[in-house]
Amino acid sequence: MQDLIWLLPTYPVLGFFVLVLTAGRLPKNIVAIIGAGSVGLSFFTAVIIATQFLSSGENYFIKEVWTWMAVGNFSPGFNFYLDGLSLVMMLVITGVGFLIHLYATGYMADDPSYSRFFSYMNLFVAAMLMLVLGDNLVVLYLGWEGVGLCSYLLIGFWYINPDNGYAARKAFVVTRVGDTAMALGLFLLFTELDTLNIQDMLYAAESEWEVGNDLAVAAALLLLGGAVGKSAQLPLQTWLPDAMAGPTPISALIHAATMVTAGVYLIARTHILFELAPSVQELVGWVGLITLLMAGFIALTQSDIKRILAFSTMSQIGYMFLALGVGAWSAGIFHLMTHAFFKALLFLASGTVILSLHHEQNIFKMGALRQKLPVSFFSFLIGSLALTAFPYTSGYFSKDEILIAAHGLEGPGIIFFYGGVLGAFLTGIYTFRLFFIVFFGDSNAAHPPEKEYGGWNMNGPLILLMILSLVGGFIAVPLDPVFGHHEEHHVSGLLHGFMIAVPLVGIAISFLFFYTKTFSVEKLMSNTFAQTLHKFWNNGWGFDWLYDRFIVFPFLWLARINRADIVDGFYTLIVEISRTANVMIVKTQTGYLRWYALSIAAGLLLLITIGVLL
Amino acid sequence: MESIPVEHGLILAAILFSIGLIGVLTRRNIVFVLMSLEIMLNAGGLAFIVGASRWGHAEGQIMFLMILTLAAAEVAVGLGLIIQMFRRYKTVDINVLSEMKG
Repeated sequence: MQDLIWLLPTYPVLGFFVLVLTAGRLPKNIVAIIGAGSVGLSFFTAVIIATQFLSSGENYFIKEVWTWMAVGNFSPGFNFYLDGLSLVMMLVITGVGFLIHLYATGYMADDPSYSRFFSYMNLFVAAMLMLVLGDNLVVLYLGWEGVGLCSYLLIGFWYINPDNGYAARKAFVVTRVGDTAMALGLFLLFTELDTLNIQDMLYAAESEWEVGNDLAVAAALLLLGGAVGKSAQLPLQTWLPDAMAGPTPISALIHAATMVTAGVYLIARTHILFELAPSVQELVGWVGLITLLMAGFIALTQSDIKRILAFSTMSQIGYMFLALGVGAWSAGIFHLMTHAFFKALLFLASGTVILSLHHEQNIFKMGALRQKLPVSFFSFLIGSLALTAFPYTSGYFSKDEILIAAHGLEGPGIIFFYGGVLGAFLTGIYTFRLFFIVFFGDSNAAHPPEKEYGGWNMNGPLILLMILSLVGGFIAVPLDPVFGHHEEHHVSGLLHGFMIAVPLVGIAISFLFFYTKTFSVEKLMSNTFAQTLHKFWNNGWGFDWLYDRFIVFPFLWLARINRADIVDGFYTLIVEISRTANVMIVKTQTGYLRWYALSIAAGLLLLITIGVLL
Repeated sequence: MESIPVEHGLILAAILFSIGLIGVLTRRNIVFVLMSLEIMLNAGGLAFIVGASRWGHAEGQIMFLMILTLAAAEVAVGLGLIIQMFRRYKTVDINVLSEMKG
């Protein structure tokens, strides 16, 4: 049965082809069955494979399908590699992916491009599965670019509005910067180690390079470049908030649960390389820490429900990077999994809210939705609690592990720890700010909802994700064989209490500001400094401004001054010369026979004269 | 019998050729152009004959026979074209056939 692992991406690929080739001619319920059913079949197969794999007791399993290409000693295979890490990823992608597909059958029901939507979604799932199941970096890169393409297509899904097209292009170009770095990393690894098979490559790296080797540092840095691009971390984070232009199920699937965590997967997959380059590994931690704090502050000031969740996603991926940076590989992946549950839940619930309010996304135009939208309310309650690491929800276990591991690290560990705790504090504030504003207080809606949007196919996934968000922390991830068993870190009971209390304090502050209104935001915002800071954070720490000034504008300037096309001038010159010559010579062609005869005679005479004289 | 010096024959051929060429270049009536062409061909033929008799070779005579055939064929085709031209343009002035210019 494990041999059937190749079926996992095959189902969605088949679904994609059927939907693409029928070009929207199928009725919607058939499209829904094909679109969601193919991913459901994948999930079903994945579960069977997972149970067999876990009961077999093997540490890994390789299924060779075919050799993709063979050039000299470079012959990447289209092979599948299953171990604890890819097992977790595979189940998250197909499981959460299936729930989101099911939700989307209801969410997109009124969209005229229903079939196109599901074809892209299926292609995405297939590419993502290739990414996590490939046994070499070439197949991984294929999936990596495949998900990038689908992300582009789906952000710009409603392409009629040019803003969406702009957001899609921005996401594509910014991630391409990281992908270029990653491609260079692959070239470097291949020239140095002669293989791109991940396990062979890691083995060769371990035996050929000592810790701190310059090449290992360079390779790890380049891979990190790819990872920060895909996972929207500093300095390539600017595309993620704009990516919210896509339909909400896309935000849940691609920009929260799966694709944006591909960077985390990549680093975890090549973790031996990062252990050989401790400086880069520490850099991963710093990137994560700075991103998580930055995104937390930005989320405090946003007013669009999806953008708040987007910055929160950025911040949570920051936690995963922090975990990778301190060497807590399993904790990072564990957080990836729990985050997929509760962030998918939050995004899908926000989708229900948005549809019930007739496409309203501004939280200040919501309010008092608690009774009107009970399913969304409970989804948000549970999702928010898990996000803020409320004790015994899923987020609590994973975030706890990360922070404890950070605390156990020498050197910058203590900064990572307190930074992470500060991030948790911010998470508490911004998450419940959203929660209280949307579901309590007075209704500010322009069109108050009559009833909650959605049938069983939308509420079912929400309920399942609620359960997973609550109990997902008790799932034991089989990651020890992959990363080796790490020593358990412990913190004192007092410190642990502090870690639990801090997010609760954040929630309490939100409660006082936005529920009881004991403190007023207006009063806080009354002085200029606060207003400037608010504006600064609201604009994402000015990164867009900075990139516009230093990259986009100079590029546009270059394009403008080169509009006359300087290089092309040379070729235009050649054309001009031939044209002038043509104009001159064309005059000799008079059409008179005698003229031609004279030319022949004259030419002949000239040749004979030359012949005689020489 | 006193043989004619080869130079005389060649000079005659050259004169004939020049007359023909001048005819081709200056005549406007296409029939005369065709006749001038015949003169040029025969000038060439004469040069072959003179050369052949000087060195006692048969090839020159064979070449002349070929030129004769060629001239006959050329006249046949040429006259056919002239008749077509006359039908279409109602004239034999060669300058009306100058439409193909650059």
